[in-house]
Amino acid sequence: MLVKLKIKRFDPADSGGKTWWQEYDIDVHPDSTVLDSLIQIREQEDGTLAMRCACRASICGSCGMRVNGSAKLVCKTRMVDVAPNGEQLTIEPMGNQHVIRDLVVSLDTFFSQIKRVEPFLKPSFVPEQGEYIASNKSMENLLTSMNCIMCGCCVSDCTVLEVDANFIGPAALAKAWRFTEDPRDSERDERLKALNDEDGGMWDCTRCMKCVEVCPKGVAPMDRIMELREAAIAAGNTNTSGYRHTESFYNSVKKNGRLDETRLALDSAGWTNIPRLLDLAPIGIAAMRKGKLPPLMPHKSDEHKNVKYLYESVEGES
Amino acid sequence: MYEHDVLIIGGGLAGLRAAVEVTRAGVDVAVISKVHPVRSHSNAAQGGINAPLTDRGDKWEGHAYDTIKGSDFLADQDAVEVMSSEAGEAVLELERMGVIFSRGDDGKLGTRAFGGQKVARTFFIGAITGSAILHVLFEQSLKLGLNVYEEWFVTKLIIEDGVCRGVVAIDLKTGEMHTIKAKAVIMAAGGAGRVFEPSTNALICTGDGLSLAYRAGVPLMDMEMIQYHPTTLARTGILMSEAARGEGAYLLNASGERFMEKTAPDYMELASRDVVSRAEQTEIDEGRGIDGNVLLDLRHLGREFIEQRLGYLQEVSVEFLGIDMAEQPVPVQPGMHYIMGGIKTDVNGATNVPGLYAAGECANVSVHGANRLGANSLLDTVVFGRRSGAHAVEYIKGISGHSKVEKDLTAEKTRLQALLDRPKGERVATIRDDMARGMTKGIGVFRDQTSMEGALANLANVKSRIGGFSIENKGKVFNTDLMFGLELEFMVDCAEAVVAGALTRKESRGAHFRTDITERDDENWLKHTLVYKDETQEHGNRVETSDVKITQWEPVKRVY
Repeated sequence: MLVKLKIKRFDPADSGGKTWWQEYDIDVHPDSTVLDSLIQIREQEDGTLAMRCACRASICGSCGMRVNGSAKLVCKTRMVDVAPNGEQLTIEPMGNQHVIRDLVVSLDTFFSQIKRVEPFLKPSFVPEQGEYIASNKSMENLLTSMNCIMCGCCVSDCTVLEVDANFIGPAALAKAWRFTEDPRDSERDERLKALNDEDGGMWDCTRCMKCVEVCPKGVAPMDRIMELREAAIAAGNTNTSGYRHTESFYNSVKKNGRLDETRLALDSAGWTNIPRLLDLAPIGIAAMRKGKLPPLMPHKSDEHKNVKYLYESVEGES
Repeated sequence: MYEHDVLIIGGGLAGLRAAVEVTRAGVDVAVISKVHPVRSHSNAAQGGINAPLTDRGDKWEGHAYDTIKGSDFLADQDAVEVMSSEAGEAVLELERMGVIFSRGDDGKLGTRAFGGQKVARTFFIGAITGSAILHVLFEQSLKLGLNVYEEWFVTKLIIEDGVCRGVVAIDLKTGEMHTIKAKAVIMAAGGAGRVFEPSTNALICTGDGLSLAYRAGVPLMDMEMIQYHPTTLARTGILMSEAARGEGAYLLNASGERFMEKTAPDYMELASRDVVSRAEQTEIDEGRGIDGNVLLDLRHLGREFIEQRLGYLQEVSVEFLGIDMAEQPVPVQPGMHYIMGGIKTDVNGATNVPGLYAAGECANVSVHGANRLGANSLLDTVVFGRRSGAHAVEYIKGISGHSKVEKDLTAEKTRLQALLDRPKGERVATIRDDMARGMTKGIGVFRDQTSMEGALANLANVKSRIGGFSIENKGKVFNTDLMFGLELEFMVDCAEAVVAGALTRKESRGAHFRTDITERDDENWLKHTLVYKDETQEHGNRVETSDVKITQWEPVKRVY
């Protein structure tokens, strides 16, 4: 079957270090994956095309790249699924990472994020012989995160990392979850506190779901982040803007049936946090000038009683 | 200029386990690998890791005997004794480092059944055991602050006065070449599956380590022993773990018969891999297959069980073939999977070149002999990775300083520049495909004198063309085009040793099954084949033999 690929190229040795698009039309087997097509280009059309790949079976994590703007593991992406009618595919290197050449990105940022969570078991004791005793359920629970192959797709498409390079990122937080949930680890509370307090930690996620959408291994990093937050709150870590934001959000919707944005901003900052409140002032003034400042006293939604009822019925269930 | 006491080539299980051992001894160590450690092919091991745990009634001698019987009595029994007796502690240690394993109701590690063994002694997690162990060893490497040369490609071992003193390598990210001096080098660079096509192996399994050692004067042992895995997915060649059959899956022919009944009535689908692959190939060749495949049937296991215990297999089957294993059997065929042969070492990983060690798939200790049991490869990596690390630590105590010589770097720079400067010629991939298809055709599940001579003739043709390939990419940064050319040269060395070993062994044993000499011949061939590089010979090598070490188990006819 005929396929068309448009590949973003980059050669650092080229003058100016500019990127360019290169188009390839090739004939591939109907069962081909995107990776098969790229290998065919590399081996038969253009030996200068650089990319990483190894296992071809979605276990080594080498071949993450963007297909039509979204990060994918190309070895498990079939051509017929992404270009059923022979549409041209655009292939780019992953985002939020420095491009080394063509489709090859540096994973230095990725692995430095992983290192920030001290990703190794910290037990309080080591059995002198035999193994740790733990339930099968507790171990199989960890599979959710151990399925991570460190391909970098979640980091590539993370919308927070796009604007905040200090965010520890979805992969590292999913890795941290693997230790906070491991019954053999003795530093659960310390880990939760560190990720809770840390600038760029668990509260910087904006819940956009992008990492869940692009993860090729079902790790669902955002779900792990939400579980980390719940665990951190349960462990008593409530003095953060993240927690106050959550609490304010909850209270204002429950009370008014709608979000009180002014109060949300002030609650999140903390009413006694003068420097942070002063930071907010210019934003408030700019919003006022453009007529975008939310009302200082919230309006109640006409349906606020129904919203309250929803809260009560959901909370009654749990 | 880089210097380390111990340098380990390869960041998979054998390499990382060796690195942990050397670090614990307080000795300076670094790992060099052409891929990031978590990309290593150890990831692809699915089903589990064998260990006879004596505290739950198993005996290491039982595992040792199953391994030796599986090897068709070609394994050195002293080496198997070491592996089996150290296995329990090796696996428990992985658990204590943080590896997640499936467990029983008592909270202790649980097991599943695997081929060639009547005792269920395979420890596992889902069908991602290799990946789960590799990622935890990587975690340990971060904890220990291990120095890793990531995406550096070794082009030559530095040998001075017959002693290994380091390597020459390219940093792929910059294209610069460097000398890394070392008092000891541990080769843990993995297998050579890409010498064959198709293969379950990753594209990175190009026999680099085997070839580097071979060029340095180390013999490659029993290279004719190529494992064809019984269950690789139709069309894609992707591995479908033996765990499927360990958990109870059937193999069926086109008429729906469990054909293993004919060849292995006692073990059925769980006979050793060489036996099952031959039975499948016979069904296919005699017209009882379906489009060159047989069927792997898991339906009776139920959806919940499949998704819980064999989740990765279901993922692969659905995503690559669109087949839901709970509803339909999946077509499979034998596929090249593992190379039992490799760099000849002793039980400490030492080779005949002082300062050069080898462990893992590139090495041949020998514990797998003529056929490896499933779930013994992971065990091999951690047991002999650890031992080679420990022995290298002792060895370097007697080495006073580093090499002073730089000539290898200059020579390698010249050699690689000459490759880049070649006029336009054949593509590397074209020559590689011709080599690999010729190898599969000649050295397949079944082979005979004619097919093996065909492989030899094909290889001679490949060798005549290898001086004529050209490198299209002339740049420095991440020039994989150049690396593929160098890998092809490594693969041709491995292919040469495979063919030489195969033509030498005049019997059928384990994976080396000759249709023209169908019997095992213990009288004459209870021997290892040793292939040495020797440019004075017609085919570039000479073959010697050595006796198999027998300790307590006299060879008997192998029946499953």
